[in-house]
Parts: sequence; structure tokens; C-alpha cells
Amino acid sequence: MGCHLCEYYCAFAGTDGSDMARALKGIKINPRIKIEEKDGISFAVSCRHCREPLCVKGCITGALTVADGVITIDRDRCVSCYTCVLSCPYGAVSPSDDGAVQKCELCVKTAEGTPACVRGCPNNAIVFEERECAE
Amino acid sequence: MKYLIIGNSAGGIGAVEGIRQIDKEGGITVISNEPYHTYSRPLISYLLLGKITEDKRKYRGADFYAKNNVKLVHGTVKRIYPEDKQVILSGGEQVSYDKLMVAAGSSPFVPPFEGLDGVPAENRFAFMCLDDALNLNKALDKNKRVLIVGAGLIGLKCAEGILEKVAGVTVVDLAPRILSSILDDYGAKPFQELLESKGIEFRLSRGVKRFEGRTAVLDDGETVDFDILVLAVGVRPNTALLKDIAEIDKGIVINEKSETTAPDIYAAGDCVQTVDASSGESKIMALLPNAYIQGECAGINMAGGEKSFNKAIPMNAIGFFGLHVVTAGNYTGDKLYTEREGNGYKRLFYGDNKLNGFILVGNVEKAGIYTSLIRERTPLDSIDFALVCKKPGMMAFTREERNIKLGGGAV
Repeated sequence: MGCHLCEYYCAFAGTDGSDMARALKGIKINPRIKIEEKDGISFAVSCRHCREPLCVKGCITGALTVADGVITIDRDRCVSCYTCVLSCPYGAVSPSDDGAVQKCELCVKTAEGTPACVRGCPNNAIVFEERECAE
Repeated sequence: MKYLIIGNSAGGIGAVEGIRQIDKEGGITVISNEPYHTYSRPLISYLLLGKITEDKRKYRGADFYAKNNVKLVHGTVKRIYPEDKQVILSGGEQVSYDKLMVAAGSSPFVPPFEGLDGVPAENRFAFMCLDDALNLNKALDKNKRVLIVGAGLIGLKCAEGILEKVAGVTVVDLAPRILSSILDDYGAKPFQELLESKGIEFRLSRGVKRFEGRTAVLDDGETVDFDILVLAVGVRPNTALLKDIAEIDKGIVINEKSETTAPDIYAAGDCVQTVDASSGESKIMALLPNAYIQGECAGINMAGGEKSFNKAIPMNAIGFFGLHVVTAGNYTGDKLYTEREGNGYKRLFYGDNKLNGFILVGNVEKAGIYTSLIRERTPLDSIDFALVCKKPGMMAFTREERNIKLGGGAV
């Protein structure tokens, strides 16, 4: 329905705060999940955690890695060359506001189990489940 | 099974990781002619900038060789004996193999400049490997004037990396613009202006006619004095090891399984020539992502798995002082889409219902959507191309296609 709440939950998941409204008030958020919308259609796009991840394979430093099916970024090793931004067919890796690139890491680093966008979606439109790939 | 890998950079590391996806047991030996843990070559300029430490230049973690049960040998391969399935190192040591991977990389190309031999060796550098960067770094100080021949990716990353440490940097190139292999005139302009504003001087549309000691005489007679010379004219694939063994054209010819024409010998990375999916031409695309993917593909096939990679395209991502450019594909086709605003520039090259290439300067967000259209040769009439030109996104695909891509059906 295009409420963009997932984007706010995503941005909030990266902060230490306990009050979302206070933490994000007046800030232009740069979330790792992004809504696309046009003509009444809207959907959320975040990292698909591909089995053949072009971002990981192309990473020039080794900052992007896969562990247990989750692709994460080691911010210390990233030099912001943006080869991953150039490689990702979903547009799901993006420059961040402070150097390293950013992408959805399924909230594994915040250790809350279910990703914040999934918990926050009022319409249950974002689900967290494994699906078989075509190949 | 005994695997032997010549090369310890992206292609070789890709091969190790490819082999270990299939075969956890077979012995893997990696031979490297550099005395280092695998490191990322493109990071050498960041090393000079002081942006990364020795530990962070590692392309894979400190436990990489142990974890993958790899024997790393520091040495130089002198010759391959395919009939004996053996290589001999320059020290005389023999190493046998069942499957061989040649990821020998490329070397700096040095044109036959008149008087180059008269430039003292301690003042002359390449900028390709870690030792080049470490040696250059030692020679730099605030009084040194640096001349870089070549305004391409390597020459300019070097210029950025050393600028703060020296008295001045001048870059000479025969081409009329900088980064001429990846940018057109309009795209090159903001980068040239930015680099000039930082103090780098350019001499373009001119080559070095000859060297007279530590002076370069340019084509138009201008002279440039220097203390340090960096030659960054280009690179050539290291193909010599497979001469008379496998087919070599401009580079070592490989197929989509990363096989050379010689049995049980594979190759990947800067030393190979392969088909550019965006143009159909067979050529050298010496780029790290291609090297890794070719290497991994080779490794899987070496270990008895099944893997093909036929989607190599030219692609470059690079930034200078915070201004970024990403490019992919070929700049061909009879149609253009262009946006220009300030330093920002977007140009898409298309025709015959296909996107062939693009340049994005400044805002690089979602560039991978364009790369994917090139790589997959997506028919442009199957998507909302007018939308995607303005705003790259998944919205441009049909609902069915989106369900496949986002709903779990894609790779």
C-alpha cells in the first residue's frame, strides 16, 4: 500500500535508539530496503541474497561475503569503489551516507531474529522465508 | 586429484573457491611469484593514500589457505610440460598436476620510448603490483616531481594516491581526454576539472617523444622535468607459459567453461581472452569481477562439476576524490539517452532493441539494473524502457517478470 514504514523500520534498525520517531525525526533516511511505486502499484526491494551473488564475486576487496546464505558487508574493508552497485541486478546495494556501501543483511547484525521491516509491515506484505530458486 | 593453480590473485582464488565447492579433499597447490598473502591489486592506490592497512589489503582472510587446505608456494613457473602434467619452477623444483589453472595475470606494457634506458632505474616505476606501490612509496617525498605516462584507470589512481606526498604530478596521454577507455568527452570533463583543482596537471593529445635523463620531451616540443617516472600506458596479458601449448590470440583463448584448447588446462583473469556478451567480440577484459568468476567457473569444472560463464562484459567502477563513475558494456548502437546536470551525467547507448552500454557519473544508484539489461541482452520492448532510462528499477519489468525476480524464481 506504499506506506514506506519498512523503510523507516530499516533505517531505525541501524540506530541505537529505542524511540523510532525520536531517532529519525528530521533525518532524511537512506534505508536498505526501498519502495518502488508507480500508478498505484508499490513493492519493496531489498537484497535477494542470491545463490550466485554477483556483488560478492565482483567485490574487489573481499568486503562482501556469504555466510549461512546471508550476504553481509564488512564496512572496514569496503573502499566504496561501487563495483557491487554496478553488479547487483536488483539495485539492492547502494552507497551509504558514511563511506562503505550498504545492503540488507536480514538484521543478522542487530540479532533480532526476524528482520525489522518484516515485523513492522502492517499489511504482512513483506515475508521472511526461504524459497527454492529456479536453478 | 591434484590441482595446481598458477596465480594468487582473483582468478586463482576464484579457482580455489570453485574447487572446494565440489571437492573438499583433493590437494591444491597455488604458485605465486609474489611473496605475499593474496591481496587485492586495485587496492594498491588506497594503500598509498593511507586509506587501508596491510591487513585490510588482504583479498581473503588470514586463514584462507589453512581453511581451504591449500599449499601456497612462492616461486616462478618457468615452463609447463603438458605431456608429463608437470611444471618446473625457476629454482628447478617440479610440481605435478592432474588439473592446471593458469591465472598468470598481466604485465605493464612499456612502449619503446627513445631514451627510456637513460632514465635511472631507481626513478622509474610501474603501478601494477604491491611491490611497485611499496617501492614507489619509498621513493616519494615532498620535493619530488612526478610524471605519469598514461591517464587511464591505473595512472590516475596512482596520481590520486601519491598527490599529497609529492611536489607535483603531471600526467601525459596521447588521448584527447582522461580515462579515454571508459569515458566520452562529456563524462571525462568533470573528472579532469576535479583532478586539476586538486593540483594534478595534464598534458593531453600528446605523447612522450623521448626522454633525456630526467626530462621528457613531448611531441610538441614541450619539456617536463621529473624526479619520478611512472609508466601506466597499459597492460599486456601474460600468455608466455602457454605458448605452443594452447591457442593464444591476443590473450589465452578460453571457452565458457574456462577451458583452454589444451586438455586439463584452464585459464582465467587478465591473461585470457573471451567473448564480450555485450558485443559478441572475443577480447581481453582484464577486470577483477570477470577474473574471479572465470576462476571460480574453472575450479568447479576442474573438480568435475558443471559450470558455464558466458556473460563477461566490460564494466568499471571507479572514483576520484569522492566523485564516482560506473560504466559497462560497449558504447555502440544508433540511439542515445542522455541526462546532464552539474557534474552528473548519464548516457545510455542502445539500438536494435538492446542496451549496449552506459556511463553514469555522480549518481550511481541502481546502476546494476542497467548492467543486468546489458548482460542478459534483455529485449527493450519487453520492459518499460522509457521508465528505466529515467529511473532504473524493478518497476520497469512486467508483473510476471517481477514475480520471478523478486519472488524467488531468480538466481
